[in-house]
Amino acid sequence: MYDCVVIGAGVVGAMTARELSKYNLKICIVDKENDVAMGATKANSAIVHAGFDAKEGSLKARLNVQGSKMMEQVAADLGVKYINNGSLVIGFNDEDKKTIAELYERGKNNGVENLEIVDKKRLHEIEPNVSGNAVCALYAPTGSIICPYELTIAAVGNAMDNGAELKLNFPVEKIDVIDGGYEVVSGREKVEARMVINAAGLYSDKIAAMVGDESFTVHPRRGEYILLDKDAGTLVNRTIFRTPSKMGKGILVSPTVDGNLLTGPTSEDMDCYEKGNKDTTAGGFGKIIKEAMENVDGVQFRKTITSFCGLRAVGSTGDFIITSPKQGFVNAAGIESPGLSASPAIAQYIAEMLKEQGYEFEENKDFNPKRAPMHHFREASIEEKNEIIKKDKSFGRIICRCETVTEGEILQAIRTNPKPTDLDGVKRRTRAQMGRCQGGFCMPYIVNLLAKEMNVPVEAVTKCGGKSVVNFSKTKEVGAND
Amino acid sequence: MTDLVIIGGGPAGMSAAVAAYESGIRDILILERDDSLGGILKQCIHNGFGLHKFGEELTGPEYAWKYEQRVHELGIEYKLNTMVLSVSPDKVITATNTEDGIFTVEAKAIILAMGCRERSKGALNIAGSRPAGIFSAGTAQKFVNMEGYMPGKEVVILGSGDIGLIMARRMTLEGAKVKAVCELMPYSGGLARNIEQCLNDFDIPLRLSHTVVQIHGKERLEGVTIAKVDERRQPIAETREFIPCDTLLLSVGLIPENELSLGAGIDLDPVTNGPVVDQDRQTCIEGIYSCGNVLHVHDLVDYVSEEAEIAGKSAAEYISGMSGEKTNITLKTDGKIRYTVPSKITSKKDVKVYFRVADVYRNVKINVLSGGEVIFSKKKPKVAPGEMETVMLKKDMLENVSELSFELEVM
Ligand SMILES: Cc1cc2nc3c(=O)[nH]c(=O)nc-3n(C[C@H](O)[C@H](O)[C@H](O)COP(=O)(O)OP(=O)(O)OC[C@H]3O[C@@H](n4cnc5c(N)ncnc54)[C@H](O)[C@@H]3O)c2cc1C
Repeated sequence: MYDCVVIGAGVVGAMTARELSKYNLKICIVDKENDVAMGATKANSAIVHAGFDAKEGSLKARLNVQGSKMMEQVAADLGVKYINNGSLVIGFNDEDKKTIAELYERGKNNGVENLEIVDKKRLHEIEPNVSGNAVCALYAPTGSIICPYELTIAAVGNAMDNGAELKLNFPVEKIDVIDGGYEVVSGREKVEARMVINAAGLYSDKIAAMVGDESFTVHPRRGEYILLDKDAGTLVNRTIFRTPSKMGKGILVSPTVDGNLLTGPTSEDMDCYEKGNKDTTAGGFGKIIKEAMENVDGVQFRKTITSFCGLRAVGSTGDFIITSPKQGFVNAAGIESPGLSASPAIAQYIAEMLKEQGYEFEENKDFNPKRAPMHHFREASIEEKNEIIKKDKSFGRIICRCETVTEGEILQAIRTNPKPTDLDGVKRRTRAQMGRCQGGFCMPYIVNLLAKEMNVPVEAVTKCGGKSVVNFSKTKEVGAND
Repeated sequence: MTDLVIIGGGPAGMSAAVAAYESGIRDILILERDDSLGGILKQCIHNGFGLHKFGEELTGPEYAWKYEQRVHELGIEYKLNTMVLSVSPDKVITATNTEDGIFTVEAKAIILAMGCRERSKGALNIAGSRPAGIFSAGTAQKFVNMEGYMPGKEVVILGSGDIGLIMARRMTLEGAKVKAVCELMPYSGGLARNIEQCLNDFDIPLRLSHTVVQIHGKERLEGVTIAKVDERRQPIAETREFIPCDTLLLSVGLIPENELSLGAGIDLDPVTNGPVVDQDRQTCIEGIYSCGNVLHVHDLVDYVSEEAEIAGKSAAEYISGMSGEKTNITLKTDGKIRYTVPSKITSKKDVKVYFRVADVYRNVKINVLSGGEVIFSKKKPKVAPGEMETVMLKKDMLENVSELSFELEVM
């Protein structure tokens, strides 16, 4: 029997598992997908919010401010890139001005440090490409950016290095109460644990219902993005938000930690049965392009690399739902934005809840908070790189030209926990296939590397698990088995 | 210090190397990122190469082999599996491979011959999901022809560029069903002979003025919705049509790969996405030349070799300190003609000018004007964006000229 099963390997489950691995607990993380970070964590704005958005007194506000203060250290320990670039909420009219003043007050009450309201002149001094129509802004120097899936992969990896186990392709279908804990069932497999953490994102209402908790529901809210090439990435330094209004929060324009330019998200409520629908839409593209260009001058959408869609897990209570409906069972549900920012604090909050329920939390003396940075080679000096290449020649061979990723880096990623077993997993860990040609050149090489490393036939390699095969057969075999 | 470093060992790089050698340069180094010379031709196993250059129909690998043999015969040095990471304006090249690690080479002259890449799906913003089964046509070609795997059974192709057309035939021959080739424009961007031999001969429908508007399928592609587009290339909702398929191949344009050129500070032409060059294919940096698909996208490799020979010979002359009689002529176009290569003439000699048109035009006169006066004119029954055109300017036509205007007169 495990001490704890964490259902869901998004950023919340990952950070929680890592937090729990600081104690002498036997932990198992399960997820229904073929890799970690496949839910909301894969596709979001990647902002570590300062914390002026959420209502005073809410759990969202408290954990956001707390989490964003912890994030820099967490990122440093996990070797994940984190850039404290600051954010600006820009206003265009008197109403926006009023809202900005309210956000300023709210931020101060929430404990956000160094907030400042800047006038038009100062705004354009610090961000010359912000639209000339903008008249003022709220400046939050503590706002930062991070790569959410990199953080999650690293947190799961670090938890695993400290003894946690990971089971993928494990969609939880049933939870039974057993003596001293729970039995978590997926098809013919099951895991038993004294404690269960429900971090199943969009599906956390379903998981809660499995133990009889029907106190809340979660519905998806679509957010679409367009990502631009790196040569568009320096247009702004800070994250540029539009002042929220009756029309919603609007489209942001932000650099990413990798130097691309991110624009989005749209905001569209969807029905509960559409939790699997991550389609982008023509209407969404139109809205992003229009609003991004209103906010920032010179956004070049012809430099588009890719577009994608994320689903916010909107809870029915309006706040984060971190509750314990039953002894040893904790929900982390309705974790919409700023869930990424709050995740380190959510993890601690959950650990405290369980401690209070009387479970023994004995410190793990061997806990190592550090994980080797995934992009160590990329960031090394030429001399350091040559030392590495001398020892392992595969670091001299470039596989992905657009992002200059070497074979050595890809092999290292394939061999490091949590191990990727599909093309997208390699992409998220190494950036190979993530550049302007989107894998056009390197994908066949990576297919071969994966097949060899996993010791499977080339035809078995998938884009993202399941039936997402890349090739169907050897040539002259198509139709042979039809 | 190396006399001449050539970046890219495809047909352009090899032709340039051979031409430079034949012009007296011996200290030549070709840097190639792949594991053999030949570039993209290695995966072009269909024929149709070399008609202009060798007067015979060769396959891509055969055409490349002719040059590779010359490179071996002449003992021209090359490094494979070697990726150039940067080129500096003072001609220092930084590259990496497994044997040398990250190293630098200083060159007297450089020829850029890095080729092009295919435009990816991302750039198209097609709505819908992101399943497996969407490939650029060249990636599928690599799987089928080089690796021996079939990436699809039921295929729709978006874009009627030459690689797309060739792959329509290739996939069909391998047993797949190609259900349609959709082309946004009212005409194909590919060679007429490819439409005939790759689509018509196999009854593959070419849907002109059509595009893919939605992608369906969660894990592997399950189908695409296509629609007809209006004159403004906007999809017409009533014409939406679902085609079940497991594979979408994209042949939606080629982009010269000029990241290294940009890094060196070389000016690019916004129309071709390749460097601005003179008649010698010299870029704005003295001693750095450019040729082949990195300069502008060619449909026939024969023209690539021709262009690369100019670059190779000119680089050799530059290294040997030779220079001709100077001039300064700007080449302008009228929009119907999209661009010319070269776009400037700096030395008085015979110059062959290559260009592409913006649309399909019938019964045209190609006029070259200087100071409002036609100094050259030739008739053509038809010109199309998919086919490169040329005009030969004789040295004596360049006397007292400061600007040449290339215009298309539709009769
Ligand atoms: C458009 C958008 C923009 C956002 N922008 C920001 C931002 O800028 N800053 C910020 O702080 N936050 C942002 N957020 C919020 C942030 O992304 C989320 O709060 C965070 O990712 C939630 O993490 P999670 O682990 O709770 O959920 P998820 O990442 O969705 O993880 C849930 C996991 O549970 C698994 N799972 C589900 N059901 C089962 C089952 N039955 N069995 C096993 N596994 C299961 C899923 O596969 C998934 O891996 C944004 C969200 C969206 C959608």
